[in-house]
Amino acid sequence: MFEIRIHSRGGQGGVTAARLLALAAIHDGKYATAAPFYGAERRGAPIVSFVRIDDKPIKIYSQIKKPDMVIVLDASVMDIVDVLQGLKSGGKVLVNSQQKKEFSGYISRNVDLTGIALKEKLVVSGSPILNTPVIGALAKMGIVSVDSAKKAIREMFADERNVKAAEAAYREMSA
Amino acid sequence: MKKIATGNKAVSEAVKQVKPDVIAAYPITPQTEIVEQIAEFVTNGELDCRYIPVESEHSVMAACIGASITGARTFTATSSHGLLYMHEMTNWAVGARLPIVMANVNRSLGPGWNIWAEHTDALQERDTGWLQVYVSTVQEAYDTTLMAFRIAEHNNVLLPVMVNLDGFLLSHIMQPLDTVEPGDFIPPFHLPYAIDVKNPAGYGGLTGPDQQFLMRWDIERSMRDSAKVIEETEGEFAKRFGRKYGFTEDYRCGDADVIVVAMGTLGKEAEVAIDLLRKEGIKAGSMRLRWLRPFPKLNLKGKEVVVIDRDYSFGRGGILATEIMAQTKEEVASVIAGIGGQEVTYEDVADFVRKRRMGTETWFGVNDNV
Repeated sequence: MFEIRIHSRGGQGGVTAARLLALAAIHDGKYATAAPFYGAERRGAPIVSFVRIDDKPIKIYSQIKKPDMVIVLDASVMDIVDVLQGLKSGGKVLVNSQQKKEFSGYISRNVDLTGIALKEKLVVSGSPILNTPVIGALAKMGIVSVDSAKKAIREMFADERNVKAAEAAYREMSA
Repeated sequence: MKKIATGNKAVSEAVKQVKPDVIAAYPITPQTEIVEQIAEFVTNGELDCRYIPVESEHSVMAACIGASITGARTFTATSSHGLLYMHEMTNWAVGARLPIVMANVNRSLGPGWNIWAEHTDALQERDTGWLQVYVSTVQEAYDTTLMAFRIAEHNNVLLPVMVNLDGFLLSHIMQPLDTVEPGDFIPPFHLPYAIDVKNPAGYGGLTGPDQQFLMRWDIERSMRDSAKVIEETEGEFAKRFGRKYGFTEDYRCGDADVIVVAMGTLGKEAEVAIDLLRKEGIKAGSMRLRWLRPFPKLNLKGKEVVVIDRDYSFGRGGILATEIMAQTKEEVASVIAGIGGQEVTYEDVADFVRKRRMGTETWFGVNDNV
């Protein structure tokens, strides 16, 4: 089982990112669940959502304590939340950032999802949409296939700019 | 096409396919998505039914009763305090023998103000005469909602059915979902004594001491008969659509020395605990209770039983544990866990089994147990 924890702020699309990722994994022929953790969150507050991907049906509903991967959609939450908490040694970290972030003992990647969303004019109520481009970055990291990523995005969003943004994230992600 | 859906979405998809004539609803977290999605189906023409938004849950059930009594297929959804606010009317629905189907998204009761999973809301409706079923996956929520209509509307039942799913843990989680074409699996609804302006008749007239007990006994007789209808319906569902359900879902119970009994998502996660315990050489099994009413005969002979209750009856104990102790001579270790959405993992469940003390009650997370 591959377990992912997504850190974001309320309203940034972290929950939708989890759903897209699970849907893409299912298109890859895997089993997947996406579970937002509902606390007393509101717009702007740090939130987490969880994705589990496995070859067999997933029976676990409790929160992910030891993720294989952490995704940070808003780097500013790292000032107030220990995003690496419980991350397995050698685990993956993907941060939405222009700057390269190195986390020793982990495989660290960064990509400017915000910049990509702004370039594609993917902005809703003043917030750049991060949940579709991040799926492109995850395809680059081999979490889901490119075809399934695009298929999942097209199923959930009619606007083709979402696919373009995912493609841009795929191209621009750091090595 | 492969789909992914939340528990709430799965319920609304099933409802759309069963095509109720009337839906009355009032929103409440974490159920709101169900009636929101149904309202959308009605607005965009996918579902042709009369959608009645009302001012409270008491009125919801009153509207459902008014609709059902004319022979209309009727559905609603609620949660927690919404369900309790219906309480007077949920009794009325049973007495009038109306096969209303309701999804209840299990949520704690206030105060404190808590919107997370707990079964006490539904269990406070235990004695009303509603059939009660508890589901554990998105697929099961969908399948069971479909089956609920067929069971409720069966001539040998004619009682309302409550489909329970855990708040957030299941209502808001996304899992794969296969939808089916129910076709004649759901036969047309015919209420034998529907109100008909051409043949006027009354419902709920004054019933004297010489009659009331007969009406109550008739409810119990139908409740007992419903067991056969459930079995037949689940059997037919398996035959047509390939997914098998029962009164319980048993996992590695056959040769088990100790069995974990739980309901809802925790009952499913318990299976992971069982695998863990088996690796340690502990012969454990899991029995997830689906149908609470009618209460099935559980085969627990010769086993130690660990019952996990996500609910409580103050001054008595875990409600499921109490039900099981009333039925079996076997010793029970009662664990109260998951109250108000308290986080409980499969590792915790494994620990409940390892540290079980038969004949005692333990509150998970409380240190002053006696």
